[in-house]
Amino acid sequence: MKNIFIGLLSLFLLGLTTAQAQDDVYPAKPDAGKLFITGGTIHVGNGQVIENGTIEVDNGKIVRVGADITPAVGAKVVDAKGKQVYPGLILSVTDVGLKEIANGVRGSNDFQELGDFNPSIRSIVAYNTDSKIIGTLRANGILLAGTTPDGGTISGSSSIVQLDAWNWEDAAYKMDNAIHLNMPSFLPRPRRFGLRFGPTQTTPDVTKEALAKVEEIKAFFREAKAYNAGQTHKEMNLKFEAVKGLYTKQQKLFVHADQVKQMLVAIDFAKEFGFDVTIVGGSESWLIADLLKQNNISVILQQLHALPTTEDDDIDQPFKTPAALQKAGVLFALNDNHEESRFRNLAFNAGTAVAYGLTKEQALQAITLNAAKICGIDDRTGTLEAGKDANIVISGGDILDMRTSLIEHCFIQGREVSLDNKQTQLYHRYMTKYGLE
Amino acid sequence: MRNFRHRPRGRSFALVTTLLLLTLYSSAQSTFPVNGVADVREGCYAFTHATLVKEGGATLSDATLVIREGLIVSAGTGAVLPKDAVVIDCSGKYIYPSFIDLYTDYGIPAPESGRGGRGAVNPIDFFRQPAQIESNTKGPYNWNQAIHPEMDAAHLFNVDDAKAKPLRDIGFGAVLTHVKDGIARGTGVAVTLANEKENLVVIKTKASAHYSLSKGSSTQSYPASLMGSIALLRQTYIDAAWYKGQPYHEGTNLSLQAFNDEQSLPQIFEGSDKWGDLHGDRIGDEFGVQYIIKAGENEYQRIKEIAGTKASFIVPVNYPQAMDVEDPNDARFVSLADMKHWELAPTNPGAFEKAGIPFCLTTADLRDTKQFFANLRKAFESGLTEAKALEALTKTPATLIGIYDKVGSLDAGKLANFLITTGPVFNEKTSIVENWVQGRKYEVKEEAWKDIKGQYNLVITSATGGSTTVVLDVKSPTAASVIAKDTLTGKFSYDGTIISLSFPAAAGGAAPAGGGMRGGARGGGRPSAAMHLSGVVNGDTWNGNGTDSTGNLVIWTATFAKATPPTPDTAARKRPNHVGKVLYPFDGYGWDSLPTQHDLLIKNATVWTNEKEGRLPNTDVLVRAGKIVRIGKNLDAAGAQVIDGTGKYLAPGIIDEHSHIAAFSINEGAQSVTSEVRIADNLNPEDINIYRQLAGGVTSSHILHGSANTIGGQTQLIKLRWGADDEGLKFRNWDPFIKFALGENVKRTTSTNNNRFPDTRMGVEEVLTDAFTRARDYERQRKAAPNITRRDLELDALVEILEHKRFITCHSYVQSEITALMRVADKFGFTVNTYTHILEGYKVADKMKQHGSNASTFSDWWAYKTEVQDAIAYNATIMQKVGLNVCINSDDPEQARRLNQEAAKSVKYGGMSEEDAFKMVTLNPAKALHVADRVGSIKEGKDADLVLWSDNPLSIYARAEKTIVDGIVYYDIDRDAQLRKYIVAERNRLVQKMIAEKRTGSPMAPATPSYHIELSCGDHDHHDGLLTIDEDGDHTEIANTTN
Repeated sequence: MKNIFIGLLSLFLLGLTTAQAQDDVYPAKPDAGKLFITGGTIHVGNGQVIENGTIEVDNGKIVRVGADITPAVGAKVVDAKGKQVYPGLILSVTDVGLKEIANGVRGSNDFQELGDFNPSIRSIVAYNTDSKIIGTLRANGILLAGTTPDGGTISGSSSIVQLDAWNWEDAAYKMDNAIHLNMPSFLPRPRRFGLRFGPTQTTPDVTKEALAKVEEIKAFFREAKAYNAGQTHKEMNLKFEAVKGLYTKQQKLFVHADQVKQMLVAIDFAKEFGFDVTIVGGSESWLIADLLKQNNISVILQQLHALPTTEDDDIDQPFKTPAALQKAGVLFALNDNHEESRFRNLAFNAGTAVAYGLTKEQALQAITLNAAKICGIDDRTGTLEAGKDANIVISGGDILDMRTSLIEHCFIQGREVSLDNKQTQLYHRYMTKYGLE
Repeated sequence: MRNFRHRPRGRSFALVTTLLLLTLYSSAQSTFPVNGVADVREGCYAFTHATLVKEGGATLSDATLVIREGLIVSAGTGAVLPKDAVVIDCSGKYIYPSFIDLYTDYGIPAPESGRGGRGAVNPIDFFRQPAQIESNTKGPYNWNQAIHPEMDAAHLFNVDDAKAKPLRDIGFGAVLTHVKDGIARGTGVAVTLANEKENLVVIKTKASAHYSLSKGSSTQSYPASLMGSIALLRQTYIDAAWYKGQPYHEGTNLSLQAFNDEQSLPQIFEGSDKWGDLHGDRIGDEFGVQYIIKAGENEYQRIKEIAGTKASFIVPVNYPQAMDVEDPNDARFVSLADMKHWELAPTNPGAFEKAGIPFCLTTADLRDTKQFFANLRKAFESGLTEAKALEALTKTPATLIGIYDKVGSLDAGKLANFLITTGPVFNEKTSIVENWVQGRKYEVKEEAWKDIKGQYNLVITSATGGSTTVVLDVKSPTAASVIAKDTLTGKFSYDGTIISLSFPAAAGGAAPAGGGMRGGARGGGRPSAAMHLSGVVNGDTWNGNGTDSTGNLVIWTATFAKATPPTPDTAARKRPNHVGKVLYPFDGYGWDSLPTQHDLLIKNATVWTNEKEGRLPNTDVLVRAGKIVRIGKNLDAAGAQVIDGTGKYLAPGIIDEHSHIAAFSINEGAQSVTSEVRIADNLNPEDINIYRQLAGGVTSSHILHGSANTIGGQTQLIKLRWGADDEGLKFRNWDPFIKFALGENVKRTTSTNNNRFPDTRMGVEEVLTDAFTRARDYERQRKAAPNITRRDLELDALVEILEHKRFITCHSYVQSEITALMRVADKFGFTVNTYTHILEGYKVADKMKQHGSNASTFSDWWAYKTEVQDAIAYNATIMQKVGLNVCINSDDPEQARRLNQEAAKSVKYGGMSEEDAFKMVTLNPAKALHVADRVGSIKEGKDADLVLWSDNPLSIYARAEKTIVDGIVYYDIDRDAQLRKYIVAERNRLVQKMIAEKRTGSPMAPATPSYHIELSCGDHDHHDGLLTIDEDGDHTEIANTTN
């Protein structure tokens, strides 16, 4: 017994002394019991707000949400009086769990495979639940993420993971939710020299090259369609097999595109193949918002905290693009792909959209329900409604504003997850060193 | 005297006589052997009845030009024709001195990869590519491959008639040519464009010395930035002066010797851009040199500053082409600035004239020299006068390089370099007929000598004697028609001597006897038969032979009948060209006139003072002459502009301790120690990020060198005075700073083959110790022997650190390196003023406090490389609690416009108070930068650098509505709304104008996206848009470098 104690103690000390370690932050145990979150301001995620409301959770599912629910005797109760209660935030497209140290450490990177057409590449099998990034996302209310491969023309498939898991099979929330296509660029590229003076020289024939590439992609999807329509095959084609779900709409096609011409081609894909198409990026989507709406194309806007595309653009254009999409009725989600803060500012991207034209509930919806719809998980999450998973965040104040975004409790499928992470641990370690705690 | 029948009279004739005597008695001898029979000619010609254009554009009509042995003998009226002169009647012709171009590399071979292995320019990547530390040039030359003043164009020059002809065709007779490569480029040679032996065409060797800030074909790593080029040229002036003392350890340095030898020559600097011109002029001012500056196309955008250089300029007449912007998706990426520049570039030469700046014109930079006259005429439409243009092509260039005694006017004794034209040289319908260089004729457009336009009676006689007469209507030397029953357009050509004419034989037309010209093309199906004639011109009568449509021989004669009435010059009919305004900066968000200071009274705001008073509700602030003069309730001030602050927050302007905006280059980095380079040398006051950041409440930014090397460059604190020039941006009376860097970037972690010391943090510490050791020794030596100690710009900056006159802000991450630098500083007796980034500062905050450093960090960045694995969002809070002065900085042009929000994150992470958090982006950086006596808080007597926020500035919902610097409102949310409308309208106007230009059939360039280079320290990725070029991995010839 004593030996075990010493062993545990040394493990604990090791945890404290090596900054790498985070081994005392555990995924929460499954909780089959009832849970009541009482008295909070409930932001449902669909625009609705319930003051002084209560959420009843049973076996990981929300069973009731309302203003007049009394907690069952003996059940676990979390008092959220004076607090804001939100659905778990969703980071729709990210390399979390695939890329640990962004630069200079090749060994920590598993996000980009060799080759141009890689539809059968699956991010989920490389997803590292022990990434140190994950804990910092949970601590900011992000509970689900679309872990996504990058590179080539077709990068592969993403999967939605819940951010409190022992291993990737545990983490998988929805496997292979989307196939990711990088649309070729139609923008003439600058040459390397003489950039200082006057208009830049550009390479010719970019449009021609891009259109040739588009044809190549279309040919792939035409052949894949024909292949998947057939019953038996002499030779199995893994790449064609991998995109089968696109034709049955069990999978979405996520087209990474910013330029108008790229997005027009994406619309054409939706028309020709009948795919469910989502634009990822979409920095220029405000220019064709109505066209996107007409064609039922949804958009995941990357990193709102960005500079305008052109020097003549309104200086706040990226900030107000969500409002333009909202106005046109486009289904859109906000995302955070900032490589240095590592995605934890998702809520603040949404906050900026509020300063530039969205309502707070619309902005919240863009990182909860809209994201869930686009990722194909809105049957299970995205709002605080009966029947959905209990993916819930409780914040001391407005989650969209950094001053008040103080996350106090998070639940994933009803489990109260740890908000501790490497950064909080180092914080306490050095507060202790300086005698400040 | 045998050439003169009568004694010459008058003074001018006496001069002519003297010159003639010299000419006559000069020997025809030369050292070159003749293979064959000698054929020495005097080449005496007299051009009579011409209009001679003399200095100042004065014309002498019915005058005579006499030349002999390549020189002008006389040019005037009343001269007696030498007996042996070939007389050429120039009735109706004009004679001009031929033009001179000072900016060519005519006859100079392109820089080779020879000369010690010079190669093509390779993009330099500080972080990955091996460095070339030493010069590849073999021999006793300079340490830096881009400094080659020993290159003498006269030694490299070869006559190249293929290159000379296009220049002669547009009127040039002489050029200055030099090696257009490198920073100190060597000497130029003035030559004529005659197709003779090199010996005969050289007018003047060592006519000029040339400089630029482009390292050109040099493969050496240093310099790799604009500011590095500036530092190198400055250091070269210092080195050359020192070399005069024959320092033993330098040995023989032929480059420095040549540099000294050529200081007495005209000094020509290639600016090629409004700011580039100023960069050169400032170097010249520092070393007592007045450069002649080769301009670019955009000086009109800052003509006041250009005039301030007091330099003479060499101005190109190249303009951007219109772009094909019909597709709105393409047009979108072309900036308003580029479109406006397209419209305004032809005003550039006129702007020089209007500003009274001496200048000459050059064909340099033209895509095709054939555009020269067309472009000149555009300049005339845009304000340049023809008289000035003529002077700028003749007298001015000749005078600038001291060859006006030989070329540049039609005066006796000068080289016989002149043009024969059909009229005033700049008229659209005028042709240059002949360009004589050194007394030898070069035909340009001989067929224009005689205007053959008009109607001729064409008599065609067949072998049988029958003849037909038709009217030949000659429209130009290449077009004519035959008028019989119908008008038939034929094929026609005339080259000055030979006529060639063919025309279809029409039905019922003028078929000569024996002909069978029936039907013709209209007959039905069969190819039309044609008449083919050929002949020569002899005055107004032409004759020759030919065949008729059936192949029978004919002879023909054409006699001039009547002239065609002249058509007016199209240039004269053109409507005046309405153009937009010049904006300051030259950007849609610029000003058409710069804003000025007013007294301001901001009423009834919540005033966030950052002083012990804290946040004062319902308070007024009065601003006078750029200073905060009163803070109180219910203030009144007559004449002050009142700004209503009700419901809003008035806060001190944000100060960004770590920024890379507003510069042309950021990283030198080709060596581990580059303390000689200065950001101040290459500020770019037109960076749109200045405006965008004003809109985020930023009023001052500390522009830092990048992090490519251990000891980087000297930094510059600026105020965001949008519209000012580079000098006007500077924060005045400020303690100078310098950027240092530690860790992964300086040891080039991402390189797989680093050869630049250091490669580890162990080496980084030694680089620092070594540099300060050298600096200390240098300082000792300088004090002991000031006269023989070479001034070293690199060590000067380090000595300033040792003497506490310059302060360090050091890029740093991990605790080991932070502590190591403090110990180096302790050893050399100075303090590390600021640690920037400092993401592990929380681990050694107590040591930093003891040392006395400030900290400037990111709010929540981490995990973008190994050395930031332990970065935590609580860093600022811990350091602040330990007692450090903590700042939050941007290091990113986007984040800079939300620094208030970045500061607010410390309220979230660690529970810092709002007031303390906001100080991290205002008062604390002011303290760290030693300017807290002037900025950083709202206090009477401080600078009026203020921001009116719509809400609590720490809230994500707050927007800056007015940003005020020195009492001037540089950003106003209402003005911004108007500018957005202006930009849309002005863009539309220019797009329509370009489309109209396309309709006229003008050559068009494809729509070219206006890329923006986002400079950065190279530390991490930046979130750039479609049109930004992250400089990482890119390399541009002059300004921009990798990180």
